[in-house]
Amino acid sequence: MAVGTLPQESVGLAAAAPPARERSRAWKKLVRNPMALAGGVILLVVVGAALVAPWVAPHDPAKQSLIRRFSPPVWAAGGHSAHVLGTDQVGRDILSRIIHGARLSLLVGVSAVVVSLLLGVALGLLSGYVGGRVDTVIMTVVDVTLSFPQLLLALAFVAALGPSLVTIIVVLGLTGWERYARVVRAEVLALREKDFIEAARALGLGSTRTLVRHVLPNTFSSIIVLSTLQVAQAILQEAALSFLGVGSGRTYPTWGQMIALGRDFVTVAWWLPTFPGLAILMTVLAINLVGDRLRDALDPRIS
Amino acid sequence: MTALLVRRVIRLLVVCLGVSLVTFSILHASGDPVSLVMPEAPEADRVVLRQALGLDDPLAIQFLRFFGNVATGNFGNSFFHRTPALSLVLERMPTTLTLTMLAMALALAVAVPVGIYSAVRRNSLVDHVATVAVFLGQSMPVFWTGIMLILLFAVQWRLLPVSGWESWSAVVLPAITLGTFSAPLLLRIVRSSMLEVVNLDYVRTARAKGVSEWMVILRHALKNAALPLVTVAGLQFGLLLGGAVITESVFAVPGVGRLIVSSIRQLDFPVVQAAVFFLAMIIVGVNFVVDMLYIYLNPQIRVR
Repeated sequence: MAVGTLPQESVGLAAAAPPARERSRAWKKLVRNPMALAGGVILLVVVGAALVAPWVAPHDPAKQSLIRRFSPPVWAAGGHSAHVLGTDQVGRDILSRIIHGARLSLLVGVSAVVVSLLLGVALGLLSGYVGGRVDTVIMTVVDVTLSFPQLLLALAFVAALGPSLVTIIVVLGLTGWERYARVVRAEVLALREKDFIEAARALGLGSTRTLVRHVLPNTFSSIIVLSTLQVAQAILQEAALSFLGVGSGRTYPTWGQMIALGRDFVTVAWWLPTFPGLAILMTVLAINLVGDRLRDALDPRIS
Repeated sequence: MTALLVRRVIRLLVVCLGVSLVTFSILHASGDPVSLVMPEAPEADRVVLRQALGLDDPLAIQFLRFFGNVATGNFGNSFFHRTPALSLVLERMPTTLTLTMLAMALALAVAVPVGIYSAVRRNSLVDHVATVAVFLGQSMPVFWTGIMLILLFAVQWRLLPVSGWESWSAVVLPAITLGTFSAPLLLRIVRSSMLEVVNLDYVRTARAKGVSEWMVILRHALKNAALPLVTVAGLQFGLLLGGAVITESVFAVPGVGRLIVSSIRQLDFPVVQAAVFFLAMIIVGVNFVVDMLYIYLNPQIRVR
């Protein structure tokens, strides 16, 4: 997804952006790596499942059935072929709930990262380019943010503001921006002294224009890599919030909430917490694999 | 050097101010605190309470008062327990710190030797297994790891208790859970910083002198690889405390994390504020010490 935005964004960045040839080379490196490819395929499956959940899920995720409570997975003794991964304490189909759960996980993961990205990149650019007092103030705010356990701060504010989808996205976004700010700031500090930036300024380009057209595009590689890893983090954080009971509500299944319910029945039905956890593990692992190889692929020093 | 110290101390104070501002805003983000204390009271009573609590004053005044109270350790009484919020937190602190320290020790005990070995014997079996384990470890939700351990060790094999904190056997699973949460990143750092130094000139010189291979690694290389590890271990502390909150909930450990989660469910904000502030202060303290240690360990800064 992140890769797809590249060509479109780099239009008209003659002086700054790396040549298209280099980008396609990076793309080839990525596709040839078996781990990254596996990650990409898993990710496609998860995204696909999220998009068409109502059509591919075998059952209604909310439909309860008293006679089919605690039905084990199909391969275990007593399993039922209608419920491949079994049912929960009120007879809801686990597989269907996992498929539907992918929606909230991905939605929150991606949206929260967009919030952190916009905020962090803007503040990082400002901090690195303007410097001086602005830099001191922004970096102090970063220091303050880093002083809290991120999850705890999110937990407190989501509870205080009242749990809802939007609150969770905004709070997770606001607790995760400082990485972008630090990375972008460091890149800008290194770029500021480069010749082509001097040239842009000498040509009479204003600060904003120089920043947006020439400095910003050069931070794209770092931002893309960071974003994949941040989406993985945000998915884990959302799951943790749901697990601790401040999720986005009871109406729609989330993986974290399924695991929390499963915790209560761990002695009688092992499949309740196991499968939603595997779903999180696979999704986050896939994103991490792609992100990690993306870092190597975009780094010109590693060939 | 002195100027640097003074600047660090000033920054420390400013960060403390910022931390209390954020903590202060938790209560106000919840809307009207009065309706939390007495949800069904008539408006007249609410006005009285609002005045008594000083909630009519401008926010700046309220913050200054909050800051003054915080400086003296006064977070007000818990809405639920009716006892001072800070003492509720302090009572549970040793449990959380024990859990965190044990987890950190476990993580380091695995990450340091394995990280060194996989850096020195690159592409060996250990290195490959470690890389896979790091990826898996970083992708597992910590609460799920805990539940899977419960399934294996408590339900399937009946070796350890499902939850609690009363006996040493009950401590094992929470510590391992939190340890697996922090070990992957530490291992990654040890490995990459060792990789950076094992081929440097002075390490080669030591080898050329005829010092034995593992002696070279332990005496010469490790010393320099320790620097990033110290920084990351310090930063990890914040992550670990966050992880402790979840781990305590999974295993019903009577620590600060469980207190926070139950206080949040009861909308008991004085306790939430006290706990969040106290944990943040621990992190600020640890980071300050790490900062100082970094200056001390890094000769490039020390000389200047």
